[in-house]
Amino acid sequence: MTTLSDAAVADRAGTGKSKGRWFAQVGWRHLVGVLAVAFSLFPILFVISAALNPLGTLSSTELLPTGASLENFTNLFQKTPFAHWFLNSLLLAGVASFASIFLSALAAYAFSRMRFAGRRVGLLALLLIQMFPQFLAIVAIFLIFTTVTGLWPAIGFNTPWGLFLLYMGTALGANTWLMKGFFDTLPKELDESATMDGASHAQVFFRIMLPLVAPILAVTGLLAFIGSINEFIIANVFLTEPDSKTLAVGMFGMVAGERNNNFGMFAAGTLLTAVPTVLVFQLLQRYIVSGLTAGAVKG
Amino acid sequence: MSTSLSGPGSAEQAPGREPVRRGLPRTPRTARNHAPITATGLVVKVVLLGLVAGIAIWAAFPLVEAEHWVGLGILAATTAGLFYLYLSRRHIPAKYLVPGTIFLIACQVFPVLYTASTAFTNFGDGHRGTKDDAIVAIQTSSVRQVPGSTEYSLSIATTGDPATGPLVFLLSDPKTREVFAGDAGGLRKLDAGDVTVSATGKITEAAGYTVLNFGQASGRSKDITDLVVPTAGGAVRSNGLSRAYEGKAVRAYDAGCDCVKDSETGKTWTADPANGSFVAADGERLAQGWKVNVGLKNFTRVLTDPDISGPFFGTLLWNFAFAIGSTGFTFLLGMAIALALHSPRMRGTNVYRVLLILPYAMPSFAMLLVWRDMFNTDFGLVNDLFGLHIDWFGGTWSARIAVLLVQLWLGYPYMFLVATGALQAIPRELTEATSVDGASPWQSFRAVTLPLLLVALSPLLIASFAYNFNNVNAILFTTEGGPFAPDNPRNGATDLLITYTYRLAFGAQGAEYGLATTVSIFIFAIVAIVAAISFSRTRKQEEVYS
Repeated sequence: MTTLSDAAVADRAGTGKSKGRWFAQVGWRHLVGVLAVAFSLFPILFVISAALNPLGTLSSTELLPTGASLENFTNLFQKTPFAHWFLNSLLLAGVASFASIFLSALAAYAFSRMRFAGRRVGLLALLLIQMFPQFLAIVAIFLIFTTVTGLWPAIGFNTPWGLFLLYMGTALGANTWLMKGFFDTLPKELDESATMDGASHAQVFFRIMLPLVAPILAVTGLLAFIGSINEFIIANVFLTEPDSKTLAVGMFGMVAGERNNNFGMFAAGTLLTAVPTVLVFQLLQRYIVSGLTAGAVKG
Repeated sequence: MSTSLSGPGSAEQAPGREPVRRGLPRTPRTARNHAPITATGLVVKVVLLGLVAGIAIWAAFPLVEAEHWVGLGILAATTAGLFYLYLSRRHIPAKYLVPGTIFLIACQVFPVLYTASTAFTNFGDGHRGTKDDAIVAIQTSSVRQVPGSTEYSLSIATTGDPATGPLVFLLSDPKTREVFAGDAGGLRKLDAGDVTVSATGKITEAAGYTVLNFGQASGRSKDITDLVVPTAGGAVRSNGLSRAYEGKAVRAYDAGCDCVKDSETGKTWTADPANGSFVAADGERLAQGWKVNVGLKNFTRVLTDPDISGPFFGTLLWNFAFAIGSTGFTFLLGMAIALALHSPRMRGTNVYRVLLILPYAMPSFAMLLVWRDMFNTDFGLVNDLFGLHIDWFGGTWSARIAVLLVQLWLGYPYMFLVATGALQAIPRELTEATSVDGASPWQSFRAVTLPLLLVALSPLLIASFAYNFNNVNAILFTTEGGPFAPDNPRNGATDLLITYTYRLAFGAQGAEYGLATTVSIFIFAIVAIVAAISFSRTRKQEEVYS
């Protein structure tokens, strides 16, 4: 890729020959870039076009917007409990990702900085558990929570708390390894000197380690957030009442039966759902590249 | 990742992290453990432990009420353990590990074990409860009105919300003026002073119940028809919204022959304890059965029953192809674009990057549904743009190609991002050195760039494979497993094992939890083996020993 001789740059005038050379060195890269951007954007353009389409049906939607009507957006809020879903999702995903990051940071600190019996077994077990997606046990979860709903309706079906507890169950498996890796890269002289100065293990963790890994906490938090927003299987079994649904469950229901007529509303909902994630994504882009290379996976 | 930093050798001197010694972990006397207790620390500790105690007390009451002593014991032990752990100054690692581990055990390990145990039963529709439950269900469902049945005036009431709360029949006997409340649990006599009876004999008010008006009641007419109140001689059923009768059960259980007899036709169904159902001589089974252990029957059924094993192995093969294809194609495309944009003379790479990764930031569940509609035969965008008229999800291979294409779109921005990150980490001198030595770009890519990329990204590729192996959303939101062969509605051409399981457990065919959990266990085993083999070849494995 970088083997092309630099000499060619010197005589880049306006001649056809050098234009060909420019294309061979840089131009084709732009061509690939433009094609890739086109591939990335055309479904999104289609969604925008559908959201602005005054007719609001799938059959009347074309790739380029044919109108500019906000009717789909107003319908979305008036005809469906979209605001409820949006708040449910935002709250659930926000609280769950924050709590799960905290839990796995605690565990990662212990695995990275302490030596104790069962450390190796524990790490290997987490690795294996991470490989077992929770929704394989969906039948068992359904049965267990049937009992739980009977005993404690406040954390049973149709409540965000039961779902929150379940998402917590995956916290350790998903992020501990990644965070342990980052804790390992921090020089341990830092916490040693703090210990010598009389800091307790909790002070070392909260005052020294956590601030240093803040960027990676932000990235894993964002990934956990996206994961919870997109989670469908467990939420679908859990939330059956219209007002308690999350975005994924509610919007799936919107196009499950009436896919043609509700498509405009659905597209409008998709755009609104994307707003928070896209914003945070662009803000954190710099961290995301390094965070992803260290082993985070979109859940 | 500098694994050497925390090696046991280097940690020898570090307080609070001495290498594992033989026997129990012993916390050393070090400065860290004897650090003074700060006021904030103490307050936080007290508040959190108080919260734990509060939650435990809140959770205990329903357990006591339901006489769930095992659950209460576990709750008490857990709470006591937490108090001991956080009040003592020892067991420091456990203080950090226990919070996450409690959730892990309660919400992941326990369901997995429960899954494993259900796989050895016939649990599912028609086999939910005990044999006694089944007998009651059979008797009550066979109730008929016979001459001389007691007739009641009926009012529909509920203890909860009129639209969703549990229904109760409020009955008054016009002859004896006695009043009753009945639900699925049985009939209870009410105190005549607590109820108001109208001139027509209907109960209009009763203490503790909300009486439904006609509109509310007719909205729940199906629930009302289904409600059967068991009584000693048969059961009370509704007849319209304002009358009820006590009918006689036509079918009755006879303990002597361990069978159910129909007093009208004289037919008998004998209990079959191996399968948990009542079977007649002509092979007819009653719909209501009970849950029994069936041993390894579900496992042998998956392996040998041609209706299940055929689809199972076909699905397994496609499952692997799907996971490998999803990971491989996204990686190849993402890497190719990353390589193309990775040049010191490229201008505007940031603009490309911001636009390229947009699919990754869009909500994937919604975009999967959008793609499903873009592949629509009649008015889908894909057919429109290219002037085609293909029924994408109608054919086996076109459906598979469509699903992989969707996966490519969703996944390649991620691979592009990580490949860009990894490429930036490869020193430029390496590729320059190869070009000085006269290697072609292709040779330098094959010999230097690709191996280095693979070293950096192989853990990610494995994780991506494992994730896609069970990627329910990708199938459920697009093809829903279809297209289905006309003779087998249980398994479609793009079904993954996990979507197949989902259909077995919750599908319209009737729930077969026992069989579904058996398939779950097969998936567990396959993913674990694949993961174990691949991780044993990566650096992740080595980090464990650091």
